[in-house]
Amino acid sequence: MSAARPQSTLDPATGSSASAIDELGLVLYVGAAVILAVVSLLALLGVLTGPRSVNARRWLIGGGLILPATILAALFVHALIVGNSLMAKTHASMLRIHVTGKQWWWEVRYESADGRPEAVLANELHIPLGRPVEILLGSSDVIHSFWVPALAGKVDMIPGRETRLIVRADRAGVYRGQCAEYCGAQHALMAFHVVAEPAARFDTWLTRQSQPAIQSTGPQIEPGRDLFFRGGCAACHTVRGTEAAGRSGPDLTHVGSRHAIAAGTLRNHVGTMAGWIAGPQDIKPASLMPNSAEYTGAELRTLSAWLMSLE
Amino acid sequence: MKLLSRQILFSETCGMALAALAVCACGRSGDMEPVVVGGDAGRGRAALIAYECGACHRIPGIPGARGNVGPPLDDFVERVNIAGRYANDPARLVDWIRHAPALKPQTAMPDLGVSEIEARDIAAYLYE
Repeated sequence: MSAARPQSTLDPATGSSASAIDELGLVLYVGAAVILAVVSLLALLGVLTGPRSVNARRWLIGGGLILPATILAALFVHALIVGNSLMAKTHASMLRIHVTGKQWWWEVRYESADGRPEAVLANELHIPLGRPVEILLGSSDVIHSFWVPALAGKVDMIPGRETRLIVRADRAGVYRGQCAEYCGAQHALMAFHVVAEPAARFDTWLTRQSQPAIQSTGPQIEPGRDLFFRGGCAACHTVRGTEAAGRSGPDLTHVGSRHAIAAGTLRNHVGTMAGWIAGPQDIKPASLMPNSAEYTGAELRTLSAWLMSLE
Repeated sequence: MKLLSRQILFSETCGMALAALAVCACGRSGDMEPVVVGGDAGRGRAALIAYECGACHRIPGIPGARGNVGPPLDDFVERVNIAGRYANDPARLVDWIRHAPALKPQTAMPDLGVSEIEARDIAAYLYE
């Protein structure tokens, strides 16, 4: 369901801020092209027809002052109107998503509402189609910037401050976002996905995400769960519904449902999960996650199977 | 009658394929590179990227393939063994790519549901 160009300002989602910005850009490009064409034509005319007398005052005042002043004033007003529409008013019933930038991943938190508990996940946001959603941005370390080119302009995430962004998409799809402010060694591997989906599917997804982890069973699953705790993973990771309540790494309660791991670095499957657990420092050097040499090959597959069962 | 001739044709094809594999396996030590029947190195490269084998392996020519969990896959044609226990021949490699845990339960290498043709493509790329 991924868009053909999931991370392009040139292919904005319908109904999004990015598409309003795209239209504004188009007005500027076309307007500039028309002016260039007229000026070139006049210059060409002057060269071809040779010297003759013109009303200098009329050309200077009309063409040099009144015309550009009118055009620039109109563009200014148009840009102000577009800019204002991008910062739509928030209202109480609006869905609010908190996103915190961290070196080098994104913590995503959906506020509790209507008896549904809070949902915490990482590196993936879902939004309902056709509805503006408020995203509240912060950072727990350095300055990051939240940018989904096909949906909206970039907004900085500043430690100690809360910035905001309204996002809306009318076209379903998986859009890719990326940190747009250099934030350290792995800035380039700090991406995320925004899934825009019909309201009913979104509600199902959010309800699921707010629930504790699924307790499935199987020959690989239960030993994998034990290995997770034996290996000390719970010191940094939370799996709601178990005793794992670490806070420095991503919440793994529904990690198996995500599109990617390591902040958009790897597609999510049993192989990449095992590879990431054993050797994150080769994939993303200097990230907080340490290499783990304590698992045998078979254990690694088991641990990975348990995590992927957390859908 | 028709059935019989078809069976003969089938077994002949299989025989030829096996013979080809056998011939290819010897090539490693000499002047001939192993050829994986039906394998396409270009498609193999795409499959290695799609399955993200680079999360665990260092693989020349694959962007971001810098994992150290599994062995590096450079100069695979020079490798004597697969998984430290099987002879490095195309048929075995294809089997290993598809069903590593079944061939060696202790391995970290997962079964990712790679198809026969994808495995042949990947093998073709690794022997290239």
